[in-house]
Amino acid sequence: MATTDVSGANGKISEQLDAVVIRFCGDSGDGMQLAGTQFTNVSAVFGNDVSTLPDFPAEIRAPAGTLGGVSGFQICFSSSDIYTPGDEVDTLVAMNPAALKTNVADLKRGGTLIVNEDAFEKSNLSKAGYESNPLDDEESLAAYQVQKVPMTSLTRDAVAELGLSPREAERCKNFFAMGLVYWLYQRDATPTEEWVKSKFAKKPELVEANLKALHAGYNFGITTEAMTVHYRVDPAELPPGKYRKVTGNEAIAFGFVTAATLAGKKLFYGGYPITPASDILHELSKLKNFNVVTFQAEDEIAAITSVVGASYAGDLAITASSGPGIALKGEGMGLGAIMELPMVIVDVQRGGPSTGLPTKTEQSDLYMCMFGRNGDCPLPLVAPASPADCFHMAQEAMRIAVEFMTPVMLLSDGYIANGAEPWQIPEMSSLKPIKVSHENRQKDGEQFMPYLRDEKKARPWVVPGTPGCEHRVGGLEKSDVTGNVDYSPQNHQYMTTLRANKIAGIADFIPEQEVEGPESGDLLVISWGGTYGAVRTAVKHSIKEGLSVAHAHLRYLNPFPKNLGDVIKNYKKVLIPELNTGQLRMIIRGTYLADAVGLNKVQGKPFLISEVKQKIREVIEDK
Amino acid sequence: MSVDTSLPVLSPKDFASDQEIRWCPRCGDYSILAQMKKVLPTLGIPKEKFVFVSGIGCSSRFPYYMDTYGMHSIHGRAPAVATGVKLANPDLQVWVITGDGDSLSIGGNHFMHVLRRNVDVKVILFNNQIYGLTKGQYSPTSPTGTKTKSTPFGSVDRPLNPLSVAIGARATFAARSVDVDIKHLCNVLERAANHKGTAFVEVYQDCNVFNSGAFAFASKKGEKEENVIYLEHGKPLIFGKDRDKGIRLNSHDQPEVVELGKGVTEDDLLFHDEKSEDMNLAFLLASMRYPEMPEPMGVFRCVEHPTYNEAVYDQVKSATERNGEGDLEALFNTGDTWTV
Ligand SMILES: Cc1ncc(C[n+]2csc(CCOP(=O)(O)OP(=O)(O)O)c2C)c(N)n1
Ligand code: SF4
Repeated sequence: MATTDVSGANGKISEQLDAVVIRFCGDSGDGMQLAGTQFTNVSAVFGNDVSTLPDFPAEIRAPAGTLGGVSGFQICFSSSDIYTPGDEVDTLVAMNPAALKTNVADLKRGGTLIVNEDAFEKSNLSKAGYESNPLDDEESLAAYQVQKVPMTSLTRDAVAELGLSPREAERCKNFFAMGLVYWLYQRDATPTEEWVKSKFAKKPELVEANLKALHAGYNFGITTEAMTVHYRVDPAELPPGKYRKVTGNEAIAFGFVTAATLAGKKLFYGGYPITPASDILHELSKLKNFNVVTFQAEDEIAAITSVVGASYAGDLAITASSGPGIALKGEGMGLGAIMELPMVIVDVQRGGPSTGLPTKTEQSDLYMCMFGRNGDCPLPLVAPASPADCFHMAQEAMRIAVEFMTPVMLLSDGYIANGAEPWQIPEMSSLKPIKVSHENRQKDGEQFMPYLRDEKKARPWVVPGTPGCEHRVGGLEKSDVTGNVDYSPQNHQYMTTLRANKIAGIADFIPEQEVEGPESGDLLVISWGGTYGAVRTAVKHSIKEGLSVAHAHLRYLNPFPKNLGDVIKNYKKVLIPELNTGQLRMIIRGTYLADAVGLNKVQGKPFLISEVKQKIREVIEDK
Repeated sequence: MSVDTSLPVLSPKDFASDQEIRWCPRCGDYSILAQMKKVLPTLGIPKEKFVFVSGIGCSSRFPYYMDTYGMHSIHGRAPAVATGVKLANPDLQVWVITGDGDSLSIGGNHFMHVLRRNVDVKVILFNNQIYGLTKGQYSPTSPTGTKTKSTPFGSVDRPLNPLSVAIGARATFAARSVDVDIKHLCNVLERAANHKGTAFVEVYQDCNVFNSGAFAFASKKGEKEENVIYLEHGKPLIFGKDRDKGIRLNSHDQPEVVELGKGVTEDDLLFHDEKSEDMNLAFLLASMRYPEMPEPMGVFRCVEHPTYNEAVYDQVKSATERNGEGDLEALFNTGDTWTV
């Protein structure tokens, strides 16, 4: 729905749009992540709803100009609420031939294609595998509104008087591109200008150069005759409140710091760097004044075992990793489970197996997290639905860990971790406290019983240093109440069941499953984790189109919400879209004997709304 | 400074747990346990402040037998667990109990890192040159050629020397003793307990079931005097039943055994300096192996360096001084915000 009026500078046409998808792409050294992030910021500050999808190459510096080195950042901004960074791209900014080649297929017909014309020279063209310059070939790009802009030389001219080296000068071309796109979408550049000033506070020449490039790009939009239309996307009507933008990894860090602050406890983070989980370590490392201790361990095994030690000693302890690292942590998690100590293990999933697709998203660690420990060793599993939801689910994970004295797994994924969306800054009074009680009774002559249980079947948590409660824990099977080592057959059966029942009992303390859409009907779509946005939008559209379909998004994966089995029975069919080959589907089928069908994609990419919609229709119509 | 006189006087019995000890009769582990129970009450530390963390192996059952806080963790990882305990609660005195397989095979990585970080924990390595719990396979400290169930034709591995590894990781305290050498062991354990930083102690421990007598040279009365040399800070390296032999550096700076008298005086000998920042002497001592040389017993190295746990808390403190105590509301409101 676009309305048109003639306004703005030079009498150019201003068209109003509801939602726009922009993608910046270029070489990994071109500063495309920065351009995307800044564009997101100015759009968020303007009041649009935003959703982003950064896309990194696996190599830090693949050879410049090659297809493998292309880095992209997609953002959807809108005047109504949105849940995904969008299917098709409206405006594509391609800084070189390789970026054009790898991204142009996602540009919608009639969309705007802005290219850095200077970069389309012989060597770049051949590195990208073009035999001739696609910009000279009217036909291949005929479906798009192509804007050939010599960004490198225009940037060089704009900063000429500053006396920078040619390399430094050319580096500013991402700001030129940003400026042009800011003009195209009528963005106020002030937040970016402020950012540049503080970022390069110690290098005034770079402040000036980047601002000059930014303004040059903007002014180019005003003056060039090639661009006649620019667009307006009004602010979205989000619930009133104060907002900021968060990525999933930031929100997880905030969530844990909040949990620790609310509990009045020290937060201990033991971790080993791995993409895409490292940012959690980075964020928490900055927050030492919140009584946060971060420990960069020598490997993931040391990370989880240090967390076991810290938890034993009384800290709220967490670790985060991604697939390969979680695989290494299995034995340590089992130790935490048999010792019944609280801790949270975050898995920011990426494409596997092994090193797999380290910078791409996937949901294929569900089996590993559900089952990947030796022995019968169920652990609670929760999964945030979106970047902002990480704040809440991190606290939920910690609450469950502490109340039930157990390790808890939090399943995020690369899409949530790096993606960003507006987050309504919570009122402090609305935060749910986390209560921690440490056993400290000095019982006269009576021996302390480390495996005595409360009504939730949780055992007491004692901080070493507490007189009279000295006790030993360990990985050997133990008898209940006393905690003494006991290998007897009956005892092992008893303790295995008891631990499983304790975890299953958590279902009584988590919210029941809610459904979006009709309470019964033809189809229930069940999703979990980062596919929330695409599935939610697809179901909404399908309902609008008259289909009888509802959506249940699971944030609690073990145990499942108590009513899930009943919910499933209300629909004729069940569809489970996942970015794996059907892991939740297998578990749902096994648990509820429901004949669920799957929509499964393992390409390192999130679902498109259109893919999910199409499958919904197929499943319903195939009656 | 006021002295806390209210500490109860503890005895070794107070440190004995009610658990039945399951080691084989005459296992060297018993003696180490007994000496530990003797040393702890002398340290002036309340009982509840001790935490024993172990890995997996016969020796790693140790924490169950002590009436302190303790954790029998997983194979090889005790140093990392202990690091977590100490970082969470620096007031505790944390001991790591480990075997040669536990610490040098599966746990080699963590062993090296706890030492190089100088976390304030005490690592006691029970070296029996064999895997006891899994019934007698050779270990990373077994001499080449050791015949076991997994090496019926003799092992072809070259062994590790735990003290060389420890010193290589820049251990600030490194020592060696023998299970049955009661007084010496007590003394070394006590010194380890009082060291600030990672204290590493290798104890020659007899697994009389799978590797009986491996250290007879260093434990048998009447023989050991000729085979070991007791290190004393600032003193010359003298040994022998009649204290008539010593260690001197030859022209290539290599240690050699010399007889005292006959033109060699104490002043010609190598003097022990456990406080040397330079690690050459400690390496040289660690390289002295029986039967070519008498093996040194006692404290090889004892130097003071800031501990890891202190450094971590110094950062927490200075960050708090610099930025003020963490304020969630301020944190959430950093960066660009907007109001709807
Ligand atoms: C991950 C893992 N691998 C293997 C084992 C089996 N295991 C238990 S103890 C041990 C070796 C113990 O030898 P050492 O550390 O020398 O201790 P000792 O029993 O001699 O005191 C092995 C291989 C295990 N428990 N866990
Ligand atoms: S097997 Fe060896 S080390 Fe283990 S308890 Fe028996 S004697 Fe001791």
